Amino acid sequence: MAGKRVSLTLESTLDSVNSAEASATRFAAGAGFDEDEIARISMAVREATINAVLHGNAYDPAKKVGFVLERTRDAMVITITDQGQGLDPNKIPDPLAPENLLKQSGRGIFLIRAFMDEVQIRMLHPGTEIKLIKHVPGVAGDNKEASQ
Amino acid sequence: MSMKANTRQVDGIAIVDLSGRITLGEGSVILRDTVRDLVGKGNKKILLNLGEVNYIDSSGIGELVSAFTSVRNQGGELKLLNLTKKVHDLLQITKLYTVFDVKDDETAAIKSFK
Repeated sequence: MAGKRVSLTLESTLDSVNSAEASATRFAAGAGFDEDEIARISMAVREATINAVLHGNAYDPAKKVGFVLERTRDAMVITITDQGQGLDPNKIPDPLAPENLLKQSGRGIFLIRAFMDEVQIRMLHPGTEIKLIKHVPGVAGDNKEASQ
Repeated sequence: MSMKANTRQVDGIAIVDLSGRITLGEGSVILRDTVRDLVGKGNKKILLNLGEVNYIDSSGIGELVSAFTSVRNQGGELKLLNLTKKVHDLLQITKLYTVFDVKDDETAAIKSFK
């Protein structure tokens, strides 16, 4: 499956969140991940797409979400972009801090980082790109070190 | 699978049997409206049975937290019953497992309310 790539442009809607999640689930299954890893990847993709649709594009129909699934030699890579104000990765509150623990929101990026091997967030001016990487177990060059 | 919520009363406790997915959109809204309706009708002891909830996202977690704080702010108690492994793991990761009073037996859960 190495080398496979799917690129989609999604509307800023809740349906897009469900579509992205379903696509990631199928792609991860095809890439050979086990059931638990597929669930983690799917949830990370769901959370990242929610951020793009809700917090980035704010459901603006004029703004689109870029969604790319790639299978490289040793990893599954998901890249999600929005056209919103931009998310500064250095200004994301820690949801585990006592003062944030009972807040209703603010756990999406935390869960994404918990479920993926690497997460890269880049401001696009305007917009945000988030790249989610999950290494395929047993493939040479496998690197489980998580990034910030 | 969309979320469903059925409420029953046992010994003065409002037990809400939830099933499906608690996610951004319909699932979270149903949970919010159900708890709001119960609190509005004077229910201060609420037990959320999550035994048939197979999926929850950060929005759903947020709704559980919001329900917990809104009931507590009214002087009531909201507890969780029968967590599936996925929901249990998520509450552990987010450090909310110790915030909520989590039960795995309905009879014991009912007796635990003050």
